[in-house]
Amino acid sequence: MVSPLAIVLFFFLVLPIAMIAIVSFWQATEFSIIPAFQFENYEFLFGSPVTYTVFINTFKYAILTWIFTFLIGFTVAYYLAFHIRSLTWQVALFLLCTIPFWTSNIIRMISWIPFLGRNGIANSTLISWGVIDEPLEWLLFSDFSVVLAFVHIYTLFMVVPIFNTMMRIDKSLIEAARDGGANGAQILWNVILPLTKPGIMIGTIFVVTLVMGDFFTVRIMSGSQSANVGRLISNDIALLQYPSASATAIVLLLTVLITIGILLRFVDIRKEL
Amino acid sequence: MEPRPRSFYALTAFFILFVVFLYGPTLTIGILSFQGPGGGLTFPMRGVSMYWFYDLFEQQAVGDIWGSFRRSIILGFMVMVTTIVVSVMGGLAFRKKFPGSTILFYLIITALVIPSILISLGVGLLFSQAGINVHWSTSGFGAQLTWTLPFGLLIMFAVFNRFDKSFEEAARDQGATSWQTIRYVVLPIIAPSLIGVALFGFTLSYDEFARTLLTSGSRNTLPLEIYGMTTNVTSPVLYALGTLTTIFSLVMIGIFLGVAVLMNRRRASKGSDAGKGLV
Repeated sequence: MVSPLAIVLFFFLVLPIAMIAIVSFWQATEFSIIPAFQFENYEFLFGSPVTYTVFINTFKYAILTWIFTFLIGFTVAYYLAFHIRSLTWQVALFLLCTIPFWTSNIIRMISWIPFLGRNGIANSTLISWGVIDEPLEWLLFSDFSVVLAFVHIYTLFMVVPIFNTMMRIDKSLIEAARDGGANGAQILWNVILPLTKPGIMIGTIFVVTLVMGDFFTVRIMSGSQSANVGRLISNDIALLQYPSASATAIVLLLTVLITIGILLRFVDIRKEL
Repeated sequence: MEPRPRSFYALTAFFILFVVFLYGPTLTIGILSFQGPGGGLTFPMRGVSMYWFYDLFEQQAVGDIWGSFRRSIILGFMVMVTTIVVSVMGGLAFRKKFPGSTILFYLIITALVIPSILISLGVGLLFSQAGINVHWSTSGFGAQLTWTLPFGLLIMFAVFNRFDKSFEEAARDQGATSWQTIRYVVLPIIAPSLIGVALFGFTLSYDEFARTLLTSGSRNTLPLEIYGMTTNVTSPVLYALGTLTTIFSLVMIGIFLGVAVLMNRRRASKGSDAGKGLV
């Protein structure tokens, strides 16, 4: 029963990772890659100050995106789970949130440009309201726009698992807390938040790995002024420097797996499904 | 009904803002795709026209939009069917522990969290070193499965965690073979969630580009075509394409929902009345 699954994962997950690991020790010339066993790629990677900047950038984007997707995602999930009373409405509002996702990610990202640009909607609206006198430069091609695009694409990945766990909270626990004299904030902090932790963790895993593995959003939204690890890899690929790309990829993979390993200590995924 | 607390209105306002935020780019694309013939990728609008939609149907200077669209649909359906079959089989198998089940489970999680570009790079390297040409229907297909299968399996795990085993036991007691049990008892019960798996399988494949980037060969899928257009094309034809693909996606969702509704009706009319207290 399980063999097709095992075959797919073996040929398209295990073997490719093994291949990347092998190639990361190879040598590259301008036109080809040569089998070898040398640590040049790693030495170069760890010897270059760019690497550290880029990894710090990657973590910065992951953490910032996590903070905002969590705050927004938790609030939206809370609203849907506790304030919307009928299942039909919950489903309808959910569908409303998912419709934008049927437009290609790439196109949706590009369309931030006319919105945030110098003469974009955001700037011209703010000017016409008299909030600002001249266009804000930091709206586009900045860390702000990168994080904004990430939050835009990935918040739903936070909403769904959190909503899922919230729906399974026994409502009588909340009543008990209220009978015990807890106010709304206390119920939220001491009852709902701890019980929602597994959902938050699953959402966190999604958001953090998606942001850490991204190579496109940062390029488009930072106007090529900023880089993350994914971009480093894709630049190397574009230059056909596969061994160097592979070394970076291995380091990125280990970073992601360690991060996930830490997060998984807080939640047993199989129990939570 | 008890009256709504004040926090309800604050949260409703927040939710509306969130929806506006989600729809902002989609609406921007929708408006700008009707840009006049002289207009560019950004505001202001220079007239309103269908020019860019017509332009989309003309021969493009670069690329092959319609070919890539066709390939994306075929690939989407291939991935969808495979995802359903493999996920159901995997879900059934994972109900019991078997040798290697823990390793396989962690592999599924790895497939889910691994940065997509690694799959692209790895599969690309694997094929080139093995001397096989990459093609969207072989290497691209496999690379996308590593993305859709984890989702399908997680849904199946969730479904089987809530599955009442006594139905199967009852079937077995009546002398059904294990295949008959699956065919006539298990599958009909889990059928509605399979629509979810199908939807995930199709849309994740249809919109995937990172995993297909180095694995599709010389013939692009639609997201790759769009990815290429972002560097070459600087006219609102990109937005026209965006608007059209959104409409197409909505039609697909409509079809999936329609199937779900039909299945529910069939169930309601042809289902058994067992357990409803009718004698």
